[in-house]
Amino acid sequence: MKKLNDFLSKNAQGDLISWQAQIQAAEEFGLSLHDVEKAILTLNLLPARYQRNRQTISTADQLKLFESKVAVIGCGGLGGYIIEELSRLGVGTIKAIDPDVFEEHNLNRQVLCRVSNLGKSKARAAEVRVHEINPAVKVIPIKDAFSRQNGLKLLEGINIVADALDNVPTRIDLARICEFLEIPLVHGTIGGWYGQVTTQWPGEGTIQKIYRDCAETKGVERTLGNPAFTPAVIASLEVAEICKALLDQGTSLRQRMLFINMLDMEIDEIQIC
Amino acid sequence: MRVTVKLFATLRQERFDIDTFDLAENTTVGDIVTKLGIPRNEVTLIFVNGRHADRTTRLADGDSVALFPPVGGG
Repeated sequence: MKKLNDFLSKNAQGDLISWQAQIQAAEEFGLSLHDVEKAILTLNLLPARYQRNRQTISTADQLKLFESKVAVIGCGGLGGYIIEELSRLGVGTIKAIDPDVFEEHNLNRQVLCRVSNLGKSKARAAEVRVHEINPAVKVIPIKDAFSRQNGLKLLEGINIVADALDNVPTRIDLARICEFLEIPLVHGTIGGWYGQVTTQWPGEGTIQKIYRDCAETKGVERTLGNPAFTPAVIASLEVAEICKALLDQGTSLRQRMLFINMLDMEIDEIQIC
Repeated sequence: MRVTVKLFATLRQERFDIDTFDLAENTTVGDIVTKLGIPRNEVTLIFVNGRHADRTTRLADGDSVALFPPVGGG
């Protein structure tokens, strides 16, 4: 460990460690890039890839993000962008859960979907993509549907959950399990020009309140579908909520939901108490 | 009594964004939804004066009602 620390200190430019030095350290000391990143941040040095995070996220906060485990439930429209942004942000461990494979109708909006991976697992595509962007991030791909039966096990050890599901009943199951495990849940959902975001904190039952009068499996997306821009907007708002919750900064969308109408460009804040 | 109704998202189509109605005393939110011809499953979030309400909520003069459709995609 001392040798690794000496190597890193010697190779720091200012307090930055280049990607090349990170790779070299991993090879020289037989460690994973994940382990080396932890050592860098623990020394209060910063992997150079995060230097533009800096005025927003301190090195100490970057370490907090690195030590965080985030579960993303669904790797489709919302989930793809959420996973992309979490990995660029430097969240250390991402559990990517989705039972499906890519189909042609996903190409209009799902950032993980490419012509070359049609028919392939969405969860696996998340792992491949993150490895291309930030190999220091650990991805745990789960090609299975989140359910009441496996939920407790899937969310074991997770700090916060991103809702990127495509139906109401599973979302309610997820919200109940997050309540039980006392894990915050960042909720996002989309349909056509519209989307909504909120964060359910333990004990607040926000998601059940939102859907208490909804007997349907789907919402307006059943008829409107989902264009390219809606998931990108809502996913980004979800990631901002996740980042703040992990760093205990700013003001969460707690007991309030943003309802976003991109057709008329209106954002309404709704109290969910 | 006068009640303001604000519709969101798809509920606006072929209706209105915001409008004011003269209604009989004891009118409920459910009565308004019916009057506007909105199918039951198309409204799942209801607010009266910014507070979470439901179909059975009775309205008073000057109330403001907001109706949202369900959104569930990802």
